[in-house]
Amino acid sequence: MPRSPPMRMCSKPIWGPAMAEPQTAGAPLLEVKGLQAWYGESHILHGVDFNVRKGEVVTLLGRNGAGKTTTLKSIMGIVGKRRGSAEYEGHQTVGLTSDRIARLGIALCPEERGIFSSLSVEENLMLPPRVAPGGLTVEQIFELFPNLKERLNSQGTKLSGGEQQMLAIGRILRTGARLLMLDEPTEGLAPVIIDQIGHTIAGLKRQGFTILLVEQNFRFASKVADRYYVMEHGRVIDAFANADLEANMGKLHDYLGV
Amino acid sequence: MFNISTQALFSQLLVGLINGSFYALLSLGLAVIFGMLNIINFAHGALYMMGAFCAYFLLSIAGLGYWWALVLSPLIMGAFGMFLERTMLHRLAGLDHLYGLLLTFGLALIFQGLFQNYFGSSGLPYAIPQELTGAQNLGFMFLPNYRAWVVVFSLAVCLATWFAIEKTKLGAYLRAATENPSLVRAFGVNVPRMITLTYGFGVGLAALAGVLAAPINQVRPLMGGDLIIVVFAVVVIGGMGSIMGSIVTGFALGLVEGLTKVFYPEASNTVVFVIMALVLLVKPAGLFGRTA
Repeated sequence: MPRSPPMRMCSKPIWGPAMAEPQTAGAPLLEVKGLQAWYGESHILHGVDFNVRKGEVVTLLGRNGAGKTTTLKSIMGIVGKRRGSAEYEGHQTVGLTSDRIARLGIALCPEERGIFSSLSVEENLMLPPRVAPGGLTVEQIFELFPNLKERLNSQGTKLSGGEQQMLAIGRILRTGARLLMLDEPTEGLAPVIIDQIGHTIAGLKRQGFTILLVEQNFRFASKVADRYYVMEHGRVIDAFANADLEANMGKLHDYLGV
Repeated sequence: MFNISTQALFSQLLVGLINGSFYALLSLGLAVIFGMLNIINFAHGALYMMGAFCAYFLLSIAGLGYWWALVLSPLIMGAFGMFLERTMLHRLAGLDHLYGLLLTFGLALIFQGLFQNYFGSSGLPYAIPQELTGAQNLGFMFLPNYRAWVVVFSLAVCLATWFAIEKTKLGAYLRAATENPSLVRAFGVNVPRMITLTYGFGVGLAALAGVLAAPINQVRPLMGGDLIIVVFAVVVIGGMGSIMGSIVTGFALGLVEGLTKVFYPEASNTVVFVIMALVLLVKPAGLFGRTA
């Protein structure tokens, strides 16, 4: 059976000057313009535009397949082919290899968490090399996630889902990266653990980390995010600040189909 | 039937241990390379042979003896391996195993053919170093010093490699990159460089085995081709990519071969393959393999 072509219902971006972009002070730490990405032959991102300012928590919302994860992966440089622009602190990342991008101070916590089964919890935690000074110490990470300290010698993938998520977040806090990209950190977790991760994100924000979050669960996102971008079909189609969340609820329900 | 002298038994066990040392060193290199590059390195036997020739050339051209060869040959061949990886194998990343297998098989044929063309099929002699000549009388058998050295040194190299991979930070990078290279790279590790060095290291191990073998088996263009088929059986039995598996299986199968030579010599060339077939039937991932 031939595969049906991808749906392109909303191919024209609703993005324009009429859409009031919420402004806060400070130059963008991450400025993404016209970012396109491909997986092999399939064109996933069709020109994504958004920015993240220093110290902000920005959330990408959107349905499955809207291109949120691909956006994070494209910024990180782990998607085959990219076009357009994604500047971090003025450095163009499109065209750099992912190890170079990481060294600029960007870290990704992938959706599948990426805990290594052939490494112990401690080895997983200590794996990512330091890319800049100013990361959390191991003790500080244990304060955030005491569970990890108990299980240091276990095999990484023997941890529960929640503990694996803590490990996946914890290990990128050590590196000194200042932009943390968290891909659906609450997916499949118990409410207690979702709360713990929410507190952690809020705490990291207070410490000056900048966070780009991908979430399906916008009740969770609404507790931590400063701003939202809504993605559909590989584009950003809307943006609003957390303060305007209530006013935009109707639209959001349409976008997300919830 | 079991009227066997202890003398014969132990000397065959010793031969088995010696062969086991070479199996272990070679299959260890194959395991490391397969883990990181996902390439079944069919050129491994040819590179082992070239390691032995390297020792021969170092002596005949530069006048550098065995101990120098033990250090220099793995380094030279390791560098040659890195050159192969950068210029050829590197381009096959992400393709099916088959492409790497075909490329390395082709390389093996080219290397063997070249050496056979210039040196024929008969062996070139390589003397046992002065310090290791002689033998110990153990009462029940004579133990040649050089053979004892080969077994002990191989075992030490194997265990050091195991330690480096399983217990150090560098090893953690290697293991992690074996599982998920793109994520390790996204943490800021230069994975392609690590892959090149790993291939160089695996080739270096093969060359080291070649130098160790030179005084025992002479230096012959086909010395690797004869051995590598058994080594692949060892890798399959131990489990593709398993470090400890390749070491233990290498030595164990050497011993099994030796024992077979004592009790049923006719089967000594096939016993490894019979075991391979049985292991594949019962435990397809190999004795130490992780089922993916």
